Amino acid sequence: MGLMQTLALYWQYPFVRSALAVGVLIALCASLLGVPLVLRRFSFIGDGLSHAAFGAMAVASVLNLAGEMPFVLGVTVVCAVLLLRAGQNASLRGDAATAMLSVGAMAVGYLLMNLFGTSANLSGDVCATPFGATSILTLTAGEVWLSAALALGITAVFALFYHRIFAVTFDEDFARAAGVGAKACNLLLAVSAAVVIVLAMNLVGSLLVTGLVVFPALAAMRVCGSFGGVTLCAALFAVGCAAAGILIAVVAGTPVGSTIVAVEIAVWGLFWLAGKRRRA
Amino acid sequence: MEERIRARGLTPGYEGRAVSGPVDFVLRRGDWLAVLGENGAGKTTLLRTVLGLLPPVAGCLETPGLVPGQLGWLPQQTAVQRDMPASVWEVALSGRQGRRGWRPFYGREDRAAAARALEQVGMAGFARRRFRELSGGQRQRVLLARALCAGDQLLLLDEPVTGLDSQAAAGMYRLLAELNRQGTAIFMISHDLAGARQYASHVLYLGAQTSFFGTRAEYENWKGENAWA
Repeated sequence: MGLMQTLALYWQYPFVRSALAVGVLIALCASLLGVPLVLRRFSFIGDGLSHAAFGAMAVASVLNLAGEMPFVLGVTVVCAVLLLRAGQNASLRGDAATAMLSVGAMAVGYLLMNLFGTSANLSGDVCATPFGATSILTLTAGEVWLSAALALGITAVFALFYHRIFAVTFDEDFARAAGVGAKACNLLLAVSAAVVIVLAMNLVGSLLVTGLVVFPALAAMRVCGSFGGVTLCAALFAVGCAAAGILIAVVAGTPVGSTIVAVEIAVWGLFWLAGKRRRA
Repeated sequence: MEERIRARGLTPGYEGRAVSGPVDFVLRRGDWLAVLGENGAGKTTLLRTVLGLLPPVAGCLETPGLVPGQLGWLPQQTAVQRDMPASVWEVALSGRQGRRGWRPFYGREDRAAAARALEQVGMAGFARRRFRELSGGQRQRVLLARALCAGDQLLLLDEPVTGLDSQAAAGMYRLLAELNRQGTAIFMISHDLAGARQYASHVLYLGAQTSFFGTRAEYENWKGENAWA
């Protein structure tokens, strides 16, 4: 069967269409937030927050909490706010705080799951969470709508706050003097990052969330010179790679998360070469 | 409304601890105030207090008719991140952000103001260029355009020519002089005494214990021989 026919066949399945829609939307808002996060030296916040979410999930399953998602989201949002506030000026504090949160949450979460977990295949579960396994391919209809709505909401908020985000990222002092609401902007960034990362964990798993956040921004910054250009380019990069990655994963049976990030690495390499030629 | 800044007993400091003694001065339309003093005398702290970034330890400060978002501030050349992508246009336009309030997008007047500001500083043709690829003098001019976009009635400058070569510095002074001639009040912290001597109409001197405010002539009288040394 030719490629086009294979794709057409798979397109008929609703789970493929859902996965594409949700995956592309999540990749889009992760990449948008990634631009200011990378510029403020928070590239590893994806790691830190996703591990915090993992820890929260372990606690939630041990405590047998009814609504797991709100609890995980709440804990992650609090961690995001604390992280961004801690790392506001000194980049050293930012990455040290992220490291502490990252490894601490993983260790405590894993420990809790070992002590109180009821699953037979514990290491399989633990591995699946970081790598996302196939959970995006098994989303319920409710989860699809919720994820899509949240992702669209974050994209809309980003668009509305775009100029403010630029002002605060370029020169936070000046923004504060001008009364731009730098503190509110930072809070918004933190909360949005937390929501996106919890969403993205479903797509690529907690270990690979950083890929969604970081590669689009870095590729775009290699080639574009304006903030608007970088933002647009990062968004297109993310959407393209996510779509390609999901389709390849579905057709070839490879894990969705790793495939997306592998595609991003390859395309980032092309951007890197293009940037090299530009500078030469 | 002639007065732009009125300070009485203004004591700048951090967390209740004063950095310098109380200061009195008035800045009017068309004035050019050179703020002089030793390193560590509290000049930048004073500037940040005027901007509203720091609460004063004591005293009062009035900026009649001016809104915080409309003060044109040219900070010391802070290290803008090396990889920060920003075009000259985006930087200049960001000066208008303080006026937007809750409105998310820039309007026609904002764009017109940014274009006008870039023209005033002689960077009109550079709109699409990357900010970080400009020379030091060009970057200062773009940041001045940003300050003008924020507010053109009062400019607060922190060492505007430090780090610039003599030609760039001269160009900057000419720009500022033209703006001053058109009525913009200037509050300039500077270690360039020659430039201050040439252009300032008033001087505010911050010493360890004493401070002085007056016209340039009064300052020369008060300081004596070392006035511009």
